[in-house]
Amino acid sequence: MTEAPVIEEKRVFMTGNEVVAWAALAAGADIMYGYPITPQNEVMHYWSRLAPRYGRNFLQTEDELSAGFATTGGVMAGSKAFTATAGSGSVLMQEPMAMAEMMRLPTVTVVQQRGGPSTATVIYSQQEVTLTTMGGNGEGIRVVYSTAGHQDLYDYTIKAFNIAWKYRFPTFVLGDGYQAKMREPLTIYDPERRGIKLLQPDPFVGGEGEPGRDRPPAQYRNTYNLEEELYEKIMSDMREFEENSADIAEYESRHTEDAELVIIAHGIVFRAVREAVDNLRRQSLSVGAFRPVTLRPLPGGQIKELAARVKKILVVESAYGQIARLVKEKVCGAACEIYSMFKPGIGIAAAEVEMRAKEILAKQ
Amino acid sequence: MPETTTRMVLAGEGGQGVQAIAEILAEAANEEGRQALYIPNFGVEQRGGVSVAFLQISDHAIGSPKFLKGDIVAALSERAVHRTATYAGPETIFIYDSAMEGVEDDLPKDAARVIPVPAMEVAKEEFHPRVYNMVIMGALVGATAVVTLDQAKAAIEKRLGYKFEKKPQLRDLNFKALERGIEMGRGAEGGIN
Amino acid sequence: MQPVPAMPKSWRLDNKPHKFCPGCGHGLILKCLGKAIDELEIQSRVVYGCDIGCSLLSWDLFNLDAVQTHHGRTTPVMAGMKRARPELICIAYMGDGGGYSIGVQHLVGAAMRNEKITVIVANNTQYAMTGGQMAPTTLPGQKTETSPYGRDAETTGLPFRGAEMIAAIVPEGAYVARGSISHLTQLTRFLKKALKNQIDGHGFSFVEALSACPTNWRTDAARTWEFVEKDMAEHFKRGEIKIPGKKEAVTDA
Repeated sequence: MTEAPVIEEKRVFMTGNEVVAWAALAAGADIMYGYPITPQNEVMHYWSRLAPRYGRNFLQTEDELSAGFATTGGVMAGSKAFTATAGSGSVLMQEPMAMAEMMRLPTVTVVQQRGGPSTATVIYSQQEVTLTTMGGNGEGIRVVYSTAGHQDLYDYTIKAFNIAWKYRFPTFVLGDGYQAKMREPLTIYDPERRGIKLLQPDPFVGGEGEPGRDRPPAQYRNTYNLEEELYEKIMSDMREFEENSADIAEYESRHTEDAELVIIAHGIVFRAVREAVDNLRRQSLSVGAFRPVTLRPLPGGQIKELAARVKKILVVESAYGQIARLVKEKVCGAACEIYSMFKPGIGIAAAEVEMRAKEILAKQ
Repeated sequence: MPETTTRMVLAGEGGQGVQAIAEILAEAANEEGRQALYIPNFGVEQRGGVSVAFLQISDHAIGSPKFLKGDIVAALSERAVHRTATYAGPETIFIYDSAMEGVEDDLPKDAARVIPVPAMEVAKEEFHPRVYNMVIMGALVGATAVVTLDQAKAAIEKRLGYKFEKKPQLRDLNFKALERGIEMGRGAEGGIN
Repeated sequence: MQPVPAMPKSWRLDNKPHKFCPGCGHGLILKCLGKAIDELEIQSRVVYGCDIGCSLLSWDLFNLDAVQTHHGRTTPVMAGMKRARPELICIAYMGDGGGYSIGVQHLVGAAMRNEKITVIVANNTQYAMTGGQMAPTTLPGQKTETSPYGRDAETTGLPFRGAEMIAAIVPEGAYVARGSISHLTQLTRFLKKALKNQIDGHGFSFVEALSACPTNWRTDAARTWEFVEKDMAEHFKRGEIKIPGKKEAVTDA
């Protein structure tokens, strides 16, 4: 058993990657497996410095496939194991995470989005939404939190471990290059002292006694012989996923009650939207903001309810319609008009959102 | 709610210390209990190229790390003048090092104020070229009063204290350079406009 | 009533006969592995990982905790598991496609880092489960579904000597050997030594086992054995290639 770090509740000023390392430590993560890719490298840098001080482990693997699969091995051994990646590393990471979906392994993966497709930029984007929510060759049986800054990164990285081990769905924390590299203040804390109970991992393999004599062997597979066999398995997982979706889904909304136009954005872009909406409200314009915190499962009920009530919805993202596609699926059938502001691979400033919102409000 | 966010863009050549300036200012503001958001630019290359730092300091939660126009834009090299042109708007105070020659035509035309600061000259003649970034930081603090002198000093102490321990005269040199910069930033009158 | 063949204690009896084709080499290799586990009395500490390809059919063959992974990825799963819980004895079992082609970077990575796991590669010179395609181990001139005129060394290379490659890159403490289903006592000994190497914490251990696939080779019993004992043996030498503490490579031990 590892020694618990004493994390005094205090305000700190650090980069997002450092925040992730501290949060993983606070969450009781036992081991990280990783492979270098910008902009997540410093998660490994900080973790590999912190880990030995608290009896935690780190392994740098030969690629992201290995990092992801080693994470599944760590989880099966009964460790809180995690990895972090970005961009084309995220693409490779889908193979192990598809296995984690199938075998219901509580992996935690932090994704710091960079530009895409291909190598693109090392800087920033929101272009890994489709990949992170639905990247495997299956049904997206996973939980994805999209963070909007350092307090979120800390809170949701801790939460990701608990949610993963509670539901046994692979869980992702979706950040981006801005959050990875920027510094801003946040409060770090020991979750247990705040009354957040940290779930203890149970080993999948290597339990007490001799298999076949003292207990049945614990045997796991991801291959099925028959269509019917697979169908039963997936339907049962999907039922469980859907039954728990309302409990897992999280969102934030601002001034949506009386709004004519609601702007939907996730992650760091929501901060530009929030700022824009506050400015527009000061100009007495009836605009609201809505942010899905979980992109999978999406807070579908709230989005449907919004769409039934408001006249106009504007979706803003640093991608060409990735969150919009998810939102539209929920909105489908509602009478509201849907507008978009797609800026793939580039940051969005509040002033731009404000201009676009005014344009839309002016339309009859 | 009044507009209380100060947005700054600092750009220069690698080694001119723009990232350090931004980081120290951000930490100084944070220590005051204010909100600060600092983000370095970064491209594929690890070295070389123009180094740009984006910094926001506010009394309220800061929105997007990205902004269109800075309240203060400082360019310390010719390439930096070009790189930062897009961030200068009608409300921007644009600061550049007057040691640069032949950049006059490229300076922003519609900025609120364009301030030449002889930071390189002052650093060389009065102090030491290595405290150039302290002079620049002082000029920024002088022009904006975005953090107090004491907080700026405390943040410098936090960052360079280990060096000052070994060579106490360095502390004096850095603080004097900072104060000289503040003087220049306060006293500077807008050139063009 | 048919007589029940002797099976290792560590095998599960409730789901036998196993699912391999008649004449398949996997059953023989895994019987040797079972015996090695029995003799070392480690049944309650072993976690058995198997790959994609025919090896996956062994996911519930043993009375061992087990995980069936993806093609080529058993090595990192077991390396990750071992790192998290070093007291477990982690075995990664795969075919030559998984080990030497799609998963070769994992094999190299694990070997280089001297991961304290045991990797076993069954070499039957082709991809069996997918219907007999050419593999890195296919012999020159050998006909497969993707080398229907015989493997042309000029355009597709020569049989890949995985054990020799591993031996060349492992640090001190690793154990590397190649056995064959034609010499079961020797194969069992190699597997036992490989596991012992992991138990003793010396380093990486690796055993390649020459295997047979009469289904895809389209060979009768006599030709199957001839292929293993003569054709394959010409390219793949049996023996211990790397033993901790010993400088010289030993072949045909």
